Amino acid sequence: MELLHKTKVQNAVSGRMRSQNAMFHFMMLPGMIFLIVFSYIPMVGIIMAFENFTAAKGIFGSPFVGLKHFQYMFSLPDIWVIIRNTLCIAIGKMLLTTLLAIIFAILLNEIRVNWMKKTIQTVVYLPHFLSWVILATVVVNMFNLDGSVNQILNKIGIGSMNFLGSNTLFQPLLIMTDVWKEFGYSSIVFLAAITSIDPGLYEAAAIDGANWWQKTWHVTLPGMLSIILLISVMNIANVLNAGFDQVYNLYSPMVYETGDIIDTYVYRMGLLNHQYSFSTAVGLFKSFVGMFLMLFVNGLSKKFTDARIF
Amino acid sequence: MKQCNNGWAKAGKIIIYVIIILMGLTCLLPLLNIVAISFSGSAAVTGNQVGFIPVDFTLAPYQKMLADSQFWRSFLISAVRVVLQLALNMVLIVLMAYPLSKSKREFHARGTYMKLLIFAMLFNGGMIPTYLLVKDLGLLNTIWALVLPGAVPIFNVILVMNFFAGVPKSLEEAAVMDGANPMQVLWKVYLPCSVPVLATIALFSIVGSWNDFFSGLIYITKVNNFPLMTYIQSLNVNIADLLKAGASSSTLTNIAELTNKNLNAAKIVVSTIPLIVIYPFLQKYFVTGIVVGAVKE
Repeated sequence: MELLHKTKVQNAVSGRMRSQNAMFHFMMLPGMIFLIVFSYIPMVGIIMAFENFTAAKGIFGSPFVGLKHFQYMFSLPDIWVIIRNTLCIAIGKMLLTTLLAIIFAILLNEIRVNWMKKTIQTVVYLPHFLSWVILATVVVNMFNLDGSVNQILNKIGIGSMNFLGSNTLFQPLLIMTDVWKEFGYSSIVFLAAITSIDPGLYEAAAIDGANWWQKTWHVTLPGMLSIILLISVMNIANVLNAGFDQVYNLYSPMVYETGDIIDTYVYRMGLLNHQYSFSTAVGLFKSFVGMFLMLFVNGLSKKFTDARIF
Repeated sequence: MKQCNNGWAKAGKIIIYVIIILMGLTCLLPLLNIVAISFSGSAAVTGNQVGFIPVDFTLAPYQKMLADSQFWRSFLISAVRVVLQLALNMVLIVLMAYPLSKSKREFHARGTYMKLLIFAMLFNGGMIPTYLLVKDLGLLNTIWALVLPGAVPIFNVILVMNFFAGVPKSLEEAAVMDGANPMQVLWKVYLPCSVPVLATIALFSIVGSWNDFFSGLIYITKVNNFPLMTYIQSLNVNIADLLKAGASSSTLTNIAELTNKNLNAAKIVVSTIPLIVIYPFLQKYFVTGIVVGAVKE
């Protein structure tokens, strides 16, 4: 009797589970349709990187050429230049943004006047939310030949510098302006880390006679170490993303030599020069390397920290 | 000795305040410069006399802008796009995050779905295949080209999924006892519990689609259909021309461009107003977003 009851309950439960699972599939459906159409179908289009694609013949009708576009890509001096530029710009941005964000967070934590702290935060986070389309105008206004920066440089006798048109100055300009845009926003995690440090540690340090430097060096920084590590590890996944929006809005043919990055190159080759197959090959190279970077970073952060991306 | 220490500490404090204020000003002043230019007379702007306060205060650029029908058309396109994208993102994210937040025992196919999602997050077909797809679907020059390709932000699905997984099971069990189906549980139990994370991703969706110029750049070829940021990007002075003009001092095009500078500045100021309006809400929630995003499991 009891056994019978038990199977009945089990049946009822598994029946509910089945209808619940059906409902779950139904809920996944709309999102999966979009994912398949806009993520997976374009992956089929990657075939064109191995063809001489022409729109008239289509993806399945164009002649297959194997690795020709990849061989061509690596035989071009261009590709090494854009890889070097991408890495320099991306790594420069990450290192400086993280460094400045850490310093800013430590200093801001010392501000005891509350309204001032709030105001500074409001102002410093703002540029992160503005588009590079807008900020490019701001940057061009300031850094072009008759812009305010050059007016100041002229006044103090250094003379004007062609920031936007010089191959030596363009990369530093990209890096500095991006640091300017992002350091405030990046400081949020570090600020959160500082506020979660046990105040008892500071009191103990004070009793031992530690000054501000010593407290910062021996209490604050060690307290931030795990989040600094986590952010640094996650940054590795982005070394090929030098920032299309920024570069596209600030560069010109004069600075292609140091300012052109993989994303802008793919855009120009593909959509402006209509070299669909070649451009797809370059893009595929980037997404392939990017995928392994992400997997590597995920493994690394799973191993060394308690957080992971997916 | 004590006196001396106090003196140093005080000097240090003052230095810290000065550095922090300087950092704040560095972020603020370049933006103020654009606002000042938008309220300044053309002559002052051309002569590069405008700093952080308007020179020859005038509303003329704004009056001119009011009459610019393309600006307002693009503004409207961007506004509609933000609403469509927001609605689509939220519905799809919530619908996917809920089943995925269940264990493998409760949702047998979870593993397969997760693999599909993560692979699509790690790898993509790239610019040209996506462009050709949008073109073949006949979406070029429509607002759907801006909205549909970004319909499922996978990272946000995972974010909400993790948040849902942390909602106490007892709440759900009580609702199921009362005969609620999964859809009702999601609506009545999970959504009310998840306001902070939902607000965060909603705000990021708004900012992302308002600021996006790239979709407009590749999918929209008619100026009439440009979203606002693509339109403003098309106004930006061509830097190559600017550099040439700068080298040969004042050519005709140079002067024409520069006199438009205050008008363009006015357009920029107005185009950021929607962001400034939601900025207080952003500030309230983006810390939640970052904390949820950074510290998982």
